[in-house]
Amino acid sequence: MVPTSYYLVLSAILFSIGVAAFLVKRNIITVFMSIELMLNAVNLTFVAFSRQWHQVSGQIFVFFVMVVAAAEAAVGLAIIIAVFRARNTLNVDQIDLMKL
Amino acid sequence: MHLALFIIFGVFCVAGALNLLLQRHPINSALSLIVVMSSLAVLYLLLGAEFLAAAQVIVYSGAIMVLFTFVIMLLNAGKEERTHGSRLAYIAGFPGAAALLGILTFVFLSRGGDFGQARLGEYIVTTSDLSRVLFRDLLLPFEVTSVLILIAILGAVALARKEH
Amino acid sequence: METGLLAFLLINLAKVIVVVVIMLMAVAYTVLLERKLVGRIQNRWGPSRVGPFGLLQPLVDGAKLFLKEDLMPAAVERPLYILAPIIALSCALISIAVVPFGADIRWKGVDLFQISDINIGLLIILGVTSIGVYGIALSGWSSNNKYSLLGSLRASAQVISYELALGLSLIGVVMRAGSLRLRDIVGVQATHGLLSWNFFGGFQFVAFFIYLMAAYAETNRAPFDLPEAESELTAGYHTEYSSMKFAMFFMAEYANMITVGCVATLLFFGGPTSPFGHLFDHVLTGTAAQAVLPIFWFVLKVFFFLFLYIWVRGTLPRFRYDQLMGFGWKFLVPVAIANIVVTGLWMGLRLPVQ
Repeated sequence: MVPTSYYLVLSAILFSIGVAAFLVKRNIITVFMSIELMLNAVNLTFVAFSRQWHQVSGQIFVFFVMVVAAAEAAVGLAIIIAVFRARNTLNVDQIDLMKL
Repeated sequence: MHLALFIIFGVFCVAGALNLLLQRHPINSALSLIVVMSSLAVLYLLLGAEFLAAAQVIVYSGAIMVLFTFVIMLLNAGKEERTHGSRLAYIAGFPGAAALLGILTFVFLSRGGDFGQARLGEYIVTTSDLSRVLFRDLLLPFEVTSVLILIAILGAVALARKEH
Repeated sequence: METGLLAFLLINLAKVIVVVVIMLMAVAYTVLLERKLVGRIQNRWGPSRVGPFGLLQPLVDGAKLFLKEDLMPAAVERPLYILAPIIALSCALISIAVVPFGADIRWKGVDLFQISDINIGLLIILGVTSIGVYGIALSGWSSNNKYSLLGSLRASAQVISYELALGLSLIGVVMRAGSLRLRDIVGVQATHGLLSWNFFGGFQFVAFFIYLMAAYAETNRAPFDLPEAESELTAGYHTEYSSMKFAMFFMAEYANMITVGCVATLLFFGGPTSPFGHLFDHVLTGTAAQAVLPIFWFVLKVFFFLFLYIWVRGTLPRFRYDQLMGFGWKFLVPVAIANIVVTGLWMGLRLPVQ
């Protein structure tokens, strides 16, 4: 028996680590991974609340988040490959110009 | 039993996330993120979301993260170098993230009584329950996401194509 | 309550140990079967010196691999280099846990012929196989060898691409059964023997052939064995591995073959049910016969799939890489989607109008 609030706290911890990683990491792929970590933390909240209020819609929302994450990963990684071809670096400080 | 499993896999989650933050090499970060995602799948099982647990493993750990490791291997990304731009992030980022964590934890724990307890096996959403809602009540959003995926595929192909 | 939990743990541990031992023996003898059969296909004897008909060859091979020196190349990424074969082998062995390999017989409430009967068994198998690709990807990357890296890049791209066709090909079967539980899927095919198997009565033969081709690509076997194409990449992703670590990759490959055989049997060929249905039920009435015969049928069917694997390996040439990708994306995926649509239409037409 675990209070639902424990799950929420765990999710808050993961989200905060995701935010910190997003700000601190300099490799564009790792930055992208920390976004995925934040999305996962939010998913945990959705599932915990779905379990709490006995509503299936929370889980459906997680389903949609997964779809969006998959689409985002496909496009994002394609952008990363294109940027790497043009600049030959993955450091976010060296690819902050808007044009290639 | 439930508490023990929650603590074990919760610790795995947090350790994986911290490792993602601390590792310098992207492939190590990717592997720790896989640990986080797989432990989250176990937590979903504990919360009675069996289809989501499987989808979490198949979609996140099995597809998205494979894509990440594939790109890391393809671009042969080395250790990341620390550069000047990270100064501001250190000053503003860590306190911000810590404050966020503090506020959220405080709110969740102080209002914890309103949320109640999660018992093992008390409320299980089977795949058919999930699909009934998804294909009856939420059919339109479901179809719209398929269009989103189509657009993503086209975008990825257009971006990754070599210019001639 | 406490004793119940302890008994539960002990019984399941016993089941796991028995199944793992049987699985590893099966892996060892599949290797022998492959060497014998490929030998016959190529008009030579195959292993024949150790024991009668070379039957003790797997034991000698195992001893050889154990006793070899475990080389650690100088520039490898050490933790990942060690982790990779462990991931590959454990993922290959885990998926057998949800496979029902006998009739649903319970003794004091314990399911005798399946380790765990769960609602999402099929998804567990798919998920575990999708994790297994990390073993290959990491081994190639951590070896610090260009052949290994090329092999593992090929393997990851191939496995991601064919996973899609594999998953889509199974949806028709799941739609017929209305469940992801493997026992339910077998139960749908149990009524009229051979005629109600998904392959014959269920008209899922298109799905079956898609599954078979995608699964051959997933397990990196001929004709899709580009990740370890010896003429181009020496040994592919496990070039730098030696001794037990190499043996773990080797065992993982064969364990995956057995899993594919089990899944194909369960989903398309009625699993442990008899091809004659209930025709001979009045002849064989004893409990022992009821328990042993399903296992016999299951093993026979799995053996057939292993035989097919080796037969295909012995006869077909290897694909070129662009052909492989084109085949997966432009042929298998569209056909699999068409199969889902046709199965859906067929089921919709048969449904009574409400």
